[in-house]
Amino acid sequence: MALARIDLPQEARRGELVEVRIVIQHPMETGFRRAPQGERVPRNAIHSLVCRYSGIEVFRATLSTGIAANPFLRFFLRATQSGDLDFWWLDDDEVQGSAKARLNVT
Amino acid sequence: MKRRDFIGSLAALAATPHVGTTDPLIWSFTKGMPVLPGRVKLELPALAENGYSVAMTVTVDSPMTPSEHVRAVHLIAEKNPVRDMAVFYLGAHCPRAEVSSRLRLNGSQQVVAIAELSDGSFWSGAAFVEVREAACTDGG
Amino acid sequence: MKLIFLFVVLLSGAALAQNRSGLEFASEEIRRLQASDAENPGMLWVDQGAKLFAQKCASCHVSMKGVATRYPAVENGRIVTLEAKVRHKETFAYESDELLALTSYVAHQSRGMPIKVNPPAEKLDAGRKAYYSRRGQMNLACAHCHEQNWGKHLGAETLSQGQPNGYPAYRLEWQTMGSLERRIRACMFGLHAELPPYGSDAMRELELFLVWRANGLPIETPAVRR
Repeated sequence: MALARIDLPQEARRGELVEVRIVIQHPMETGFRRAPQGERVPRNAIHSLVCRYSGIEVFRATLSTGIAANPFLRFFLRATQSGDLDFWWLDDDEVQGSAKARLNVT
Repeated sequence: MKRRDFIGSLAALAATPHVGTTDPLIWSFTKGMPVLPGRVKLELPALAENGYSVAMTVTVDSPMTPSEHVRAVHLIAEKNPVRDMAVFYLGAHCPRAEVSSRLRLNGSQQVVAIAELSDGSFWSGAAFVEVREAACTDGG
Repeated sequence: MKLIFLFVVLLSGAALAQNRSGLEFASEEIRRLQASDAENPGMLWVDQGAKLFAQKCASCHVSMKGVATRYPAVENGRIVTLEAKVRHKETFAYESDELLALTSYVAHQSRGMPIKVNPPAEKLDAGRKAYYSRRGQMNLACAHCHEQNWGKHLGAETLSQGQPNGYPAYRLEWQTMGSLERRIRACMFGLHAELPPYGSDAMRELELFLVWRANGLPIETPAVRR
């Protein structure tokens, strides 16, 4: 299960713009790299990522090998009510990952 | 079409496009619609220390209202072996059309961001990045 | 004869007037990445390390604050690196994610604190000699780049002083976290020299000398380097 770090403000006021940052531990293998013995390391990158806030989709991305290893994403959402930010992703090896953080809205 | 958009389109038509509409990769999501240069700001360093991780921010000039917003932003690298790098899906609920990430660039090249707006139009922004190579081979 | 002459010349002109962290030679983007815990990929390993520490180490150990400033240490006459110490209960493979995570976590607990290793003087001899000896097809010593020519350019890169205070570090070239030993081996690879195995005596001796040389520099783990 890949680790992730989510950065959110401590709390936000209703209607406020919230900056969300996430960095996910994943090699995002391009399929072009060679291991020390010379064999090709097969492609394995996160290709789909979804973020839901209190169950509603607020961000979705299709990623490819042009995104750097240990992918970083930063986007914005509007604070509505206190709720969970649920991240879910899937890579080429069909391994799912997830991470969650709480957004407190006053 | 609002007057501002019309003038924007005229200006864009006069400017050199960043991508060719007949490029199969571009066609796959524009279906032949013209891609007008403008409204998209792609921030990348002019000189990148290392091609493995290059910080990028793309911002689209849009009010982000239910009637006028950015549906998606496509990122394309001119010289990467796999040119399509990412698609960020935003939509009406998104308050600001701004996304940051870190890219992997296979050498010095131009990167293009294409925004698909809710009215079906496509706009683009581009940036050229000079990518430095390591002085010594690392061997891993 | 020539070797001894070189040795003496280098020794006399040796010792840096002032230690400078690799961060001073890094680009703005790398400095910015390192400064942001939210964006620094190295923090993923620190987080993993915190989890592993709670699972495997917390039954005996409480705080790791200040520990990393004292390693490598000399214990029972042997040079012990931080990696070797972390392996004292469970022998994690060198450069495994677990070992990197735990060493990053431990070193991170000393972030901002100055390195303070104090080995018996004779223990530094082997490492010092290795530092000033030519090696590899390129026939260069560490000192040639990192003592005589730091601040100058090699290709498009600016040579640093080769300080170890940021390790384990997230190196963009590796696209992952790596230890000081990995970085030393990478440098030697660049010289087309034989690579000392991980955890070997040659490695430990050189590491002790490198960290002692860096005394006073603050620990920056997890650093970001190119």
